[in-house]
Amino acid sequence: MSIEAETPIHRRPSVFDVTCVRLDFPALQQIIHKEPLAYLDNAASAQKPTTVIDALSAAYTFNYSNVHRGVHTLSQRATDAYEGAREIAQRFLGASRAEEVVFVRGTTEGINLVAQSFVRPRIEAGDEILISELEHHSNIVPWQMVCQQTGARLRVVPITDRGEVDLDVYADSLSQRTAIVAVSHVSNSLGTINPVRKMVELAKQHGIPTLIDGAQAAPHLSLDVGNLGCDFYTVSGHKLFGPTGIGVLYGRLDRLEEMEPYQGGGEMIRSVTFESTEYNSPPHKFEAGTPHIAGAIGLAAAMAYVEGLGLDAIEAYEKKLLKYVTRRLEELPEVRLIGTADEKAAVVSFLVDGVHAHDVGTILDQKGIAVRVGHHCAQPVMDRFGVPATARASFAFYNTIQEADRLVDGIEYVLEVFGR
Amino acid sequence: MTDLRDFYQEIILDHYRKPRNFSPLESATCQARGHNPLCGDRVEVYLHIDTGVVREISFQGAGCAISTASASLMTEAVKGMTLVEACALFDSFHDMMTGTGEASDPIDLGKLEALSGVRQIPIRVKCATLAWHTLKAALEESNNNTAASISTE
Repeated sequence: MSIEAETPIHRRPSVFDVTCVRLDFPALQQIIHKEPLAYLDNAASAQKPTTVIDALSAAYTFNYSNVHRGVHTLSQRATDAYEGAREIAQRFLGASRAEEVVFVRGTTEGINLVAQSFVRPRIEAGDEILISELEHHSNIVPWQMVCQQTGARLRVVPITDRGEVDLDVYADSLSQRTAIVAVSHVSNSLGTINPVRKMVELAKQHGIPTLIDGAQAAPHLSLDVGNLGCDFYTVSGHKLFGPTGIGVLYGRLDRLEEMEPYQGGGEMIRSVTFESTEYNSPPHKFEAGTPHIAGAIGLAAAMAYVEGLGLDAIEAYEKKLLKYVTRRLEELPEVRLIGTADEKAAVVSFLVDGVHAHDVGTILDQKGIAVRVGHHCAQPVMDRFGVPATARASFAFYNTIQEADRLVDGIEYVLEVFGR
Repeated sequence: MTDLRDFYQEIILDHYRKPRNFSPLESATCQARGHNPLCGDRVEVYLHIDTGVVREISFQGAGCAISTASASLMTEAVKGMTLVEACALFDSFHDMMTGTGEASDPIDLGKLEALSGVRQIPIRVKCATLAWHTLKAALEESNNNTAASISTE
């Protein structure tokens, strides 16, 4: 059986039908505190369609064995499914070759892998790693570790009051000393879509390699790493309606070839003696140990599902949702939006006057509405806006205008509870 | 939970809006800082202890309704207590929030009972106990004479 047949692209009518789409997600059918669940915490992690759950089940039920080592049928099936998943990920990301797709645990591991295997061996004391002020901790801390290890310096491009990266400062910050530019495609806390194509282009003019953290972009935007021209791009499966513990690092093949291995072990070797070891070629060089086989298969099913809906249709639908919820929230004088960039994914971070975000979250939960409250693993962003925490409603394509209305009603109820 | 009003009782909202003893304490003999990294809440508790009695207590910080009200109610309750009584109150309050039943000699919590509903939402228990753990750290500081800092994580 071919992999394509196991994870077909579900072609749908060209009109995006959210009612139909929601039926694919069993978790969305639940009642929470006597209310239908309104799941608006997708930037933290997204729910899974049946096709992903079934792919995981099938991988363990019928096609499970270790990969790349058995001569028996199940091992062959598992290997085909695992490597087939790599091809689907290649297509999803727009990579030119499957060898450019490394399976990792998630975006965090993708960034750490690049930090330790690509940047660390090449960087010298006094060199700079350039990030932006709106990064998630996972695109800050791995670089701080490299800086500590090597004496390099972390340089941070500021953001404006609207939550947009200051492109002039960015351009001025690029220099001979810049070892890598590492920026997120979409901000998890503000929803800002960074002009990554422009940023990559500017970096390339100086010959500076680039890594794009695509954790928040992949669920919302059509990706094409070839067109983007970045050296590295990394995504998490669980935010893309796939399983946890699996993600993808795209690396341009020549970069992957020149890199040190990340971890040592089985899979990543060609031959081992006690005197010396010959490493495998990419991507296996970076996949030491038995990989998350079922996870990769589940992720491929998620990617195929999203492709089936069509990212253009998803983008258009989410744009409508964002526009609607933004307008409704702006009508509430007690609500202040944090992050008002021109280009945004469907994420609204907000404060309710006189009510702490944590209380907002608890009260909304009692209305069946799941939002994230806190610093969203982006404490520097909170510091930038001078707030300890925000509430964040992050939408996916399965959310509805009615849920946006419920969010607004919920906030009005918060104000009622607090006697405003 | 049946009703949010059990959770956000009027007394809690009142102490959130108008926290009592909400200022630094110049005469403080010991103090401690508490932090809940989950929600970013920060609290500082100041104590003036004289001959084994909490003569003055105050706090400062930024937090949610539960953590602010808990801190405010705590300062009212602890003021005038001996150190032994303050430690016993900590144990009883902690016991109410976690239901561990470890307090050897439970005492009447009075107004603090208003916070008992928080136990129904486990993730919020840390909000209610942040100021209390900070109080405990300050009391320990008074014993050790060292600056104290605690985190709920």
